[in-house]
Amino acid sequence: MINTSVNIAGVELKNPVMTGSGTFGSGMEYGEFVDLNRLGAVVTKGVANIPWPGNPTPRVAEVYGGMLNAIGLQNPGIEVFCERDIPFLKQYDTKIIVNVCGKSVEDYLEVVDRLSHEDIAMMEINVSCPNVKEGAIAFGQKADALYNITSEIKKHAKQPIIMKLSPNVTDITEMAKAAEAAGADAISLINTLTGMKIDIHRRKFALANKTGGMSGPAIKPVAVRMVYQAAHAVKIPVIGMGGIATAEDAIEFILAGATAVSVGAMNFVNPYTTIEVIEGIEKYMETYGVTDIKDLIGAVQE
Amino acid sequence: MKEKVTAKVISQKEIAENIFDMWIETGLAKEAHPGQFVGVYPKNKSTILPRPISICEVNEEHTALRLVYRIAGQGTKEFSGYEAGDDVEILGILGNGFPLEEGKGKKVFLMGGGIGVPPILQLAKELEADKQVVVGYRDSNLFLKDDLDKYATVYIATEDGSVGTKGNVMHAIEANALDAEVIFACGPMPMLRAIKKYAAEKGIKAYISLEEHMACGVGACLGCVVKTKDIDHHSHVHNARICTDGPVFEAEEVEI
Repeated sequence: MINTSVNIAGVELKNPVMTGSGTFGSGMEYGEFVDLNRLGAVVTKGVANIPWPGNPTPRVAEVYGGMLNAIGLQNPGIEVFCERDIPFLKQYDTKIIVNVCGKSVEDYLEVVDRLSHEDIAMMEINVSCPNVKEGAIAFGQKADALYNITSEIKKHAKQPIIMKLSPNVTDITEMAKAAEAAGADAISLINTLTGMKIDIHRRKFALANKTGGMSGPAIKPVAVRMVYQAAHAVKIPVIGMGGIATAEDAIEFILAGATAVSVGAMNFVNPYTTIEVIEGIEKYMETYGVTDIKDLIGAVQE
Repeated sequence: MKEKVTAKVISQKEIAENIFDMWIETGLAKEAHPGQFVGVYPKNKSTILPRPISICEVNEEHTALRLVYRIAGQGTKEFSGYEAGDDVEILGILGNGFPLEEGKGKKVFLMGGGIGVPPILQLAKELEADKQVVVGYRDSNLFLKDDLDKYATVYIATEDGSVGTKGNVMHAIEANALDAEVIFACGPMPMLRAIKKYAAEKGIKAYISLEEHMACGVGACLGCVVKTKDIDHHSHVHNARICTDGPVFEAEEVEI
């Protein structure tokens, strides 16, 4: 019998496979394709204190082995989210992790306070979205700003918090350490890499926002490297993501030091990816005689 | 129910410059309605996203779909090389089709422009109404016209004036002194804007099929939104998802 369960800040996940925020809605759309009960956790699309309309279109563009997006965190606001999305997810035997976004510290705290009354497992704080002009990434690119917002949120949060880090920084270990020092219960990385695409025939930007966040299989090596660096810099659990398409990819992240992993853009490519990754991890463990997945975390040979 | 499945190519041919006509065998054809679409996946792993392609026709047995598409980039270029017997991964059936009940028994325009013509074919087949098909092409390469002739009176506009009315579909309506009680349309944005304006002036309803760059095709990524007059039910802003709330919208409900 193999054990695939992992523990993040006291929350036991039946397996380490979660969904990347913004790639899975609140599970409704993909519930048609996969049994949500099988997922370690569902990480929701970012939710703010009020509805956000997001950016103009085009919002998405394909790039070699990946995609760019500049959705701009369109979301219905925390009230609708609490009335509709949380009750939907509570029907399933999976952990609910709510991704929180905001333009100011007060915005974040409003959402965090509202969520403290809700039956959710954890919150993931988005301080790394490259597509909104105010807030968001501004908190995730300077260690002192990250420290401040993390400690403010910790004062309010009733559930464990995961700080989602941006890869668009000079030194990811500084950011990881700042989050840990401020009391974060876990960190997740990487959010998308800021990119750009130009349509040479029309001489126009592919995205209305000009820049967008790159995701997909092409970014995986960057993500594995950053997860490895972050995992060695802090003691809190690291959730790894960035281009995971297969179980092999997920195991790479776990060996690099991730306690759990998220499937992101690949949900768009193959809606069954999460389940295939879960089954593939079990197969890998059987093949190599690994009885407890925890033995794989950070187990790459130095 | 939506699924990702493997379909089999039955036939493929080029029916106009860079426009391909591919029949694929798939169980998804059972549930296909006019105006809906499928996501077609390239095999090349560098092009990861499904390509949204409208359903042009469903065979009588509902076992196969006809996809008529234009080569717009690497993915569709790859599809154009598929031959009978090849496998192709598709996601479907996606979106809501044309609301046939809104046209039933009425005098209707079925309007298509360019690569917006294909979904008009299955619509013309299924809709029980006094149908006038008004389609616009670039030149005398009138793809799908012979098929459309079987189900309705067809009026043609061509940009170069080589066939029918010179100009666009609106010119064809005017030149032929046509009128209708309801419009169903698919085509480029300038055409849809003109139809929206025309419908408002005439006080009739127009159902228009929109397109936008998409990632997931199932309503999760929020990539393909259109501004709406009313607050949308998903995000409670003014952005409907073209893939799941559309692609067909009542013209007056969307800001285009």
